[in-house]
Amino acid sequence: MKKILVACGSGIATSTVARTSLEDDLKDRGINLKELSFTQTSIPQIPSIASEYDLIITTAKYTEDVGVPVINGLPFLTNIGEDAVIDKVIKALDLE
Amino acid sequence: MTLIHHDLIFQNKSFQNNESALSFLADQLANHNFVKDSFKDAVLAREKIYPTGLPTGDIEIAIPHADSEHVNTSTLGVMTLASPVEFHNMGDPTTTLKVSIIIMLAIAEPHGQVTMLQKLMSIVQDQHHLNKMLTYTSKADLYADLTDTFKDVVLN
Repeated sequence: MKKILVACGSGIATSTVARTSLEDDLKDRGINLKELSFTQTSIPQIPSIASEYDLIITTAKYTEDVGVPVINGLPFLTNIGEDAVIDKVIKALDLE
Repeated sequence: MTLIHHDLIFQNKSFQNNESALSFLADQLANHNFVKDSFKDAVLAREKIYPTGLPTGDIEIAIPHADSEHVNTSTLGVMTLASPVEFHNMGDPTTTLKVSIIIMLAIAEPHGQVTMLQKLMSIVQDQHHLNKMLTYTSKADLYADLTDTFKDVVLN
């Protein structure tokens, strides 16, 4: 089970959008979602829980090193560059 | 309970900066009791740390919001601007965007309103739709468009 943490400024709105798009996109790529878990949080919470996850996706810019790969998920909101982000996610989680 | 309210839609408003635009819209939401009085300060504070401008293309948009604790009832405040105001880019706060449409989100439960957010993003990602929203000559047309767009959203 690969664990993905999706974070936005307050953890109420854009992380929901990013998570939903991410799940849809991964499904479209033939990835079995049952092998993944998704958790939403706010960016200030990231450092205290990061070590429990395999990948972190943030809708806002996040540059702190928390020992886990971080991918910018803004394209899930704008749809611009979304495919490239999914490629990164698949690679980071070694899903292929 | 419907999501879109005529009283929370504004067209061709003019503001010097994003703070005054956000303050105006947040005040409207508070005046109609959709949010608590604390919502405005929360939105302004959040915008400074985690800006909500989205680089959506020729027409750029901002989706300001705040924690659910400041919200009474979920709704959207929608405002088109006579001329764009600068917002910082959510994905890279060192860059600024020229925002023509502000959609203020009041979401009463964390991680909730998935359908509403998906509909919202379908607008955000559609320059044709954004352009239509900017060019309606009457508020009734803008209201009708938004009501139709969000007609499937059910509020508890």
